[in-house]
Amino acid sequence: MERLLQQIINGISLGSIYALIALGYTMVYGIIKLINFAHSDIYMLGAFIGYFSMTTLKLGFIPSLLLSMVFCTIIGVVIEKVAYKPLRHATRIAVLITAIGVSLFLEYTTMAIAGANVRSYPPLTGILTKSFMLGNINISMLQILILGITIILMILLQFIVKKTRIGKAMRAVSLDSDAAELMGINVNTTISFTFALGSALAGAAGIMVGIYYNSINPLMGMLPGIKAFIAAVFGGIGIIPGAMIGGYFIGIVEVLVSGYSNSLYRDGVVFAILILVLIIKPTGLLGKNSREKV
Amino acid sequence: MLEIKNLNVHFGVIHALKGISLTVNKGEIVTLIGANGAGKTTTLRTISGLKKPTDGSIILEGKDITNTSAQERVMMGISQAPEGRRVFSAMTVLENLELGAYLRRDKNEIARDLETVYHHFPILADRRKQIAGTLSGGEQQMLAIGRALMSRPRILLLDEPSMGLAPLFVQEIFNIIRDINKAGTTILLVEQNASMALQIANRAYVMETGSIVLSGTGSELMQSEDIKKAYLGG
Repeated sequence: MERLLQQIINGISLGSIYALIALGYTMVYGIIKLINFAHSDIYMLGAFIGYFSMTTLKLGFIPSLLLSMVFCTIIGVVIEKVAYKPLRHATRIAVLITAIGVSLFLEYTTMAIAGANVRSYPPLTGILTKSFMLGNINISMLQILILGITIILMILLQFIVKKTRIGKAMRAVSLDSDAAELMGINVNTTISFTFALGSALAGAAGIMVGIYYNSINPLMGMLPGIKAFIAAVFGGIGIIPGAMIGGYFIGIVEVLVSGYSNSLYRDGVVFAILILVLIIKPTGLLGKNSREKV
Repeated sequence: MLEIKNLNVHFGVIHALKGISLTVNKGEIVTLIGANGAGKTTTLRTISGLKKPTDGSIILEGKDITNTSAQERVMMGISQAPEGRRVFSAMTVLENLELGAYLRRDKNEIARDLETVYHHFPILADRRKQIAGTLSGGEQQMLAIGRALMSRPRILLLDEPSMGLAPLFVQEIFNIIRDINKAGTTILLVEQNASMALQIANRAYVMETGSIVLSGTGSELMQSEDIKKAYLGG
């Protein structure tokens, strides 16, 4: 039982990372029906910016987190403007292939600039190195920090989407972009804003993975990216709470599989979940079966 | 108030609007009737700025607005309740109406217009917290019209408001359209239900395959033998 709880605590940290990345996938899918494969590389860039901020610039964690989020926001918006906006009326497969192209571009540009080597985040200092026991369960301050930041970001996101003007515009565009345009909503601005939000969350996930797992490299986005995408599909792609639930579910399952069976199976199990979801309920946990519009 | 001159619209190689011209005067109800595929919806979409014309001009109160964006046109007073209603199905009735006033900042006036909409459509007031997708077709149509009114339009474009509705609802919707017009909103109404449309319209245009083939007052067209044969069932 204690071992189970311990694994779940560890799974929550990983789940937080997946959930933050999954939110970007799901919001962008919701608004332009694109699986943005470059999203996982924005997360990778977030990790690198955090690294340079903490080493070269010698900034603390929170300033580095903010810097990383701001940088990723800008990159996300630029990618949308340069790569996806010109294809607004193109076929979906054309945009999808472009997204894969952008993904490779980001990975290998980073490799050209920063090198292909694995880099280690600077060691933690102060309170973040501490951990405490709750019964026989070990909880580190770092895990609390990751969960805390994730929860704050999710509450902030819910507030933006539910309560603000631009959030209402986002929901309107994702439900019916033509009708939204008839309300006077600027669809392009709204799409840019969606990319900005998703990328900021990916940036936060990137730097948190850096301090949690310590090592980063230019191709680090690939696997977590796909897993976060699976999390989004599991929760119901296009549905924000679905991505949150999916992220934690996938994170916890992965840690449980590593803990109780062979850690080599953890990726396989996650992909098996994807296959099962697609067979049993392709719309995901919170998805409703919807008719295709004609 | 609204003048369209020699409007041409293409979809790829298809010439959807072949140089149509029409005028809507202040305070009028003008209807555009014709068969499916004649280009009625395309005309409204072009007026709203969702489709760019290849040639011709759209003039609102003397100002050429052909090259303005959809948002600018909403701001200048053009509003549309589109074909098929297109309400935001996962949002509440109130949220839909609030989105209709998206570009406005005058909170008190918005609240007043909300009351006006509820006055025209009392059922929407009862259902303000309900999810729009769960409304009946007629109620959704009312919501679509109410939402379009929330931008406080000078000219309201209505695309097939009677489509798919029970006869009782059709009568009700048309009565309300007349009320909205009496309250001071100019209306351009696209309809397949020609007899109903001609009854409430001051003037009418008949479209066939991308051109306007006939125009006149509502009562003139109702008397026309061609119209009777083609659109009014003998």
